[in-house]
Amino acid sequence: MGSGPTFAQDADRSVSAMPEGLWGQPEVNVPDGGGTEQVRRVTVPATMVYDYTPGAAPTRFLRGLQEGRILGERAEGGTDVYVPSRGMDPVLGRATTESVEVGPKATITTFCVVHIGFGENAPPPPFVSALILPDGAAVSLYGTVLGIDHTEVRIGMRVRPVWKDPAERTTSFENITHWEPIDEPDVSAEELKGHM
Amino acid sequence: MNAERVAVVGIGQTKYASVRGDVSLPGLLREAAYRALEDARLTMDDIDAIVVGKAPDFFEGIMMPETYLAEALGAVGKPLFRVHTAGSVGGSTAIVAASHVESGVHERVLTIGWQQQSVSEAMWALSFPIPFQQQLVAGAGGYFAPFIREYIRRSGAPDDIGILVALKDRLNALKNPYAHLHEPEITYDSIKESFMLWEPIRYSETCPSSDGAIAMVLAGEQAAEASAAASGVRPAWVHGTAMRSEPATASGRDQVSPRAGIDCAADVYSQAGIVDPVAEIDMVEMYVPFSWYEPMWLENLGFAPEGEGWKMTEQGRTALDGDLPVNCSGGVLSTNPIGASGMIRFGEAAMQVRGQAGDHQIDGVETALGHAYGGAAQFFAMWVVGSEKP
Repeated sequence: MGSGPTFAQDADRSVSAMPEGLWGQPEVNVPDGGGTEQVRRVTVPATMVYDYTPGAAPTRFLRGLQEGRILGERAEGGTDVYVPSRGMDPVLGRATTESVEVGPKATITTFCVVHIGFGENAPPPPFVSALILPDGAAVSLYGTVLGIDHTEVRIGMRVRPVWKDPAERTTSFENITHWEPIDEPDVSAEELKGHM
Repeated sequence: MNAERVAVVGIGQTKYASVRGDVSLPGLLREAAYRALEDARLTMDDIDAIVVGKAPDFFEGIMMPETYLAEALGAVGKPLFRVHTAGSVGGSTAIVAASHVESGVHERVLTIGWQQQSVSEAMWALSFPIPFQQQLVAGAGGYFAPFIREYIRRSGAPDDIGILVALKDRLNALKNPYAHLHEPEITYDSIKESFMLWEPIRYSETCPSSDGAIAMVLAGEQAAEASAAASGVRPAWVHGTAMRSEPATASGRDQVSPRAGIDCAADVYSQAGIVDPVAEIDMVEMYVPFSWYEPMWLENLGFAPEGEGWKMTEQGRTALDGDLPVNCSGGVLSTNPIGASGMIRFGEAAMQVRGQAGDHQIDGVETALGHAYGGAAQFFAMWVVGSEKP
């Protein structure tokens, strides 16, 4: 392992921050040790840190994020814009060669309301975890929707990304902290089929 | 394609539980394997090859466990093959084992699927960050719940269909001594009042996290007849097997009813000569980790028209006394050792054909479907087993 970028270490994050008794690690049922008290559980953290080399297409996407832009890509002769592009159109099986800026406005294609805590990487519950289709893109991104009561979120609702300050931006999707609603008419859910 | 006939002649399951601390991992596998061999009236010496499957290694923190488990699996000096297809792996593993016999290379193959989920947190094994995507900060339920919401929107299903599925499966589990969850006190209201996790999914509408293993012995025609003569239990003949997959992200992809599942079902029905699945299939064990996937898969598998799967559930047609019983064993909602869950579906379908399912046996099952899915609802494996030779 080289000295790559540093990541938040996950080993110490709170695990199973859930209501009491839900998915907690249960007591181990072990046979009687015959006088020797059994060792019931040894906790061994497993952590892996990857040094990831994004390659050409993800580099273009990540550099775009650094500039506060969402860049998708299209294959020659294709119509679908993939974001983030992995360098090819998986339906056509052809390389994506054309860079296309999508969004920043977007539509919620579907979502759920998360009522359980998922540690410091997630907003406090309840929060909305949504699939979000940037204008001009063919596929949705995962994101959280804040700035609105969760009971008012709808399929087809219009949103925009909320970015970190330019000085804080890195080559990371975390530059978009969350999405927030905008005052535009909903998109028909039927139009969103196939783009979730 | 001229394939040798293949049949299930032995099935063995462990008791499933949150923690099987009373056995080691090798011991857990032996518990299932010996029961399957005993059922087939065979010993390890009779086995020609072993095919195993489990979920990704990070779930248990042991890299390539199949190598250190070779002795436990009876694989010393024999071919040992591992299959990797995420949550569908149990189904795919059984299919690979069947193909070892169909090819004519092996006469008797032992196949085992397992998971010891108590060792780590599968929730987090599924949630590590991907560098070019926004992190999904909500676990497996957070991945699938949005598609359930979309299913409810499209179909106009009443919002309690998921409760009905969970109640049925948990009550079925009371008739299955191997099932992990035995909740005799469960009611419609207790499910409805259970904690909302990933709206619209409640706690009692999700699968548990289980330790356990299942093993099957698959045999060619002569070996199957010999086992059946010795045990007095008829073989479950494999009438068709199919696997399909599709990319997690693609324009036009429909995760409510994935194309790979539709194509996989069409293929396996065609092999089995099934034209009208709801009339010709007597029972189904399908992979339902969240309650709403029962109506969704009923449609994906062609048992109901699009948007109408929930009506079969609501009318009780998928109950033990319905015309298409689904998950008589209690299903994934009652038992979920991930790497084994798909094979449990395949094995329970075979048990029904063999008349071995005890208190959750359906009378007169001649044809049954086993179904598994995995990944981002993108890997599918299915088989049709029947009482008659294909």
